[in-house]
Amino acid sequence: MAGVTLRNVFKRYGDVEAVRGINLDIADEEFVVLVGPSGCGKSTTLRMIAGLEDISDGDIAIDGYVVNDVPPKDRDIAMVFQNYALYPHMTVAENMSFGLRLKRYPKAEIKSRVDEAARILDIRELLERKPKALSGGQRQRVAMGRAIVRNPKVFLFDEPLSNLDAKLRVQMRTEIKKVHLKVRTTTVYVTHDQVEAMTLADRVVVMNHGLIEQIGPPNELYHHPRTRFVAGFIGSPAMNFIPAQLRATAGGLDLVVSDSIVLPVPPARVERYKGFAGQAGLVLGLRPEHITETSATMEPGVAPFAITLDVIEPMGNETLVYFTLAGEALCGRVSPNAGAADGQPMRLAANLNHMHLIDAAGMVL
Amino acid sequence: MTAATVTSNKGAPSRKTAYGSMSRDRTWALRWSYFFLVIFAAFFLLPPIYMFITSLKTSAEISAATNPWWVYNPTLANYAELLTKPEYLVFFRNSVVVSTFVVTITMLISIPAAFALSRMRFWGSATLATGVFLTYLVPDTLLFIPLFKMFAVFHEVTGIQLLNRWWVLLVVYPTLTVPFCTWIMIGYFASIPKELDEAAIIDGASWFQTLTRIFIPVALPGIIAATIFAFTVSWAQFLYPLAFTTSVDQLVLPVGIITTLIRGDVFAWGQIMTGALLGALPPLIIYAFLMDYYIAGLTAGATKG
Repeated sequence: MAGVTLRNVFKRYGDVEAVRGINLDIADEEFVVLVGPSGCGKSTTLRMIAGLEDISDGDIAIDGYVVNDVPPKDRDIAMVFQNYALYPHMTVAENMSFGLRLKRYPKAEIKSRVDEAARILDIRELLERKPKALSGGQRQRVAMGRAIVRNPKVFLFDEPLSNLDAKLRVQMRTEIKKVHLKVRTTTVYVTHDQVEAMTLADRVVVMNHGLIEQIGPPNELYHHPRTRFVAGFIGSPAMNFIPAQLRATAGGLDLVVSDSIVLPVPPARVERYKGFAGQAGLVLGLRPEHITETSATMEPGVAPFAITLDVIEPMGNETLVYFTLAGEALCGRVSPNAGAADGQPMRLAANLNHMHLIDAAGMVL
Repeated sequence: MTAATVTSNKGAPSRKTAYGSMSRDRTWALRWSYFFLVIFAAFFLLPPIYMFITSLKTSAEISAATNPWWVYNPTLANYAELLTKPEYLVFFRNSVVVSTFVVTITMLISIPAAFALSRMRFWGSATLATGVFLTYLVPDTLLFIPLFKMFAVFHEVTGIQLLNRWWVLLVVYPTLTVPFCTWIMIGYFASIPKELDEAAIIDGASWFQTLTRIFIPVALPGIIAATIFAFTVSWAQFLYPLAFTTSVDQLVLPVGIITTLIRGDVFAWGQIMTGALLGALPPLIIYAFLMDYYIAGLTAGATKG
């Protein structure tokens, strides 16, 4: 078991910079998820850690040793691929033991390791089957088993759940978490799915355009995003972004969203935002759960406003309401009994205690 | 729910027969397929059938003005005579030895070559891959004269005689088989997902182990297809052995048949047909056993999986 360190790591393909100088410290036994839209450099970063891609610049260290020029097989890592990459001509047991057999481990040792991994993953009855006789979820387990038997310093997962259907994905997600709790190997996991990132990670690394936008535990990213990109990427439905002006008033600040909608900034935030009054290009960020139906007893900082709904999406436990404000399509979450209906006017309440103010450069203020 | 189901029965969709149906289109497609299949089958099967009929006739009956498609006095004399002729057995043995060696040599060269060209990206590998294919396009009819000249010069310089030696065919035939087999294998290897070798690399396999333990087993259908091709080419090759070998004990089957069974303007038709027919048996047997693999190899990469 070991930590992984990335120092100023670059990856260039000709003139294109896929990874543009990232720094990351992954602690021993930590589960870190790299997340971001496609083309953000997350897979390239993982493949550089694995040794499948050369590092253009910078250093990658595993367990304190720089591994820039160490071939993949000597880095003591195991990787799980998106399409499983099981050897089609080998049985499950042979697939799992291939690496150990290449290293000429004793037969008894191989058998006990394969049996142990099969027990952890609950695939003991599949050991003699060929990959083509397995379902997607079973193949994924075998791919993980192949990683576990090696007992590596680091597990690398490259979008391992993307090929599974939605239900199985949720199930395997829990499975992966359980396995990590059991074997406690340092894990780097790449996904484009922010839900996977949130649910699995000890720390999430949000990447965009080859740079790290923010690193932090899931809840910190959710509640305290540092950039507009992170704010919009984490959370589903995504955070609402509403262009607004900040106007100083007698006792505080007002957010002017439109001619008719002016929301007072909660007193607790006035001090923080005071300096930005009148600045151009400000954006109010507010998560859908902070736009709800009005109620008789509204806490301070909650501002009501009236709009006309476009469409609603009843989810059972809640209803998502979509409306247009200042040219932006927005989303709110109301109680299923709030009386929301397609195309109907409705009074909603914005809980500005949870607001984010974003400047023109996309930084959360 | 129930109400909705009941009312929808009223508006049951009506059949618009004017447009014809899928099954009728299919029927016609099948009829046309069979029509052309019969034509093709006749085109390709009549010559061997004619050969078979002729092989059962005596020389007298062959030259007689009777119905050529019927045997009036069937005889196995041609078979008996041919199979007891020492030359014919030598031709057969030469062909078997040459083909076996050529197939082995071809596979030993083209599998690693294809693996290198499809997986190890090095400077000029794409150009080289195309170059390999282009060499296949140069016909042997164009090459045998310069090759002959080269062998003659080689003899003058080194004193080693290459002409009229059956083993020189082991050097010459691969120039025909290696490019094509390499090309087939490049295509087949390209259809193996990249992650498979990456997984093997991470598992600690060297390039050679990746080739022998992953690629060769996975690409077996393609390798068998290439093997069949190499065997067919070397078994049926005519021009090179005709040009480079002359003594009876050095000849391979196709050349042996025509040089020993045609004397001047006398054609021993019965034996020629028998010899050709027997000579066609080994490829036929191989095809029969490996046909499925061969088809799998030909359609390699057409679909995933």
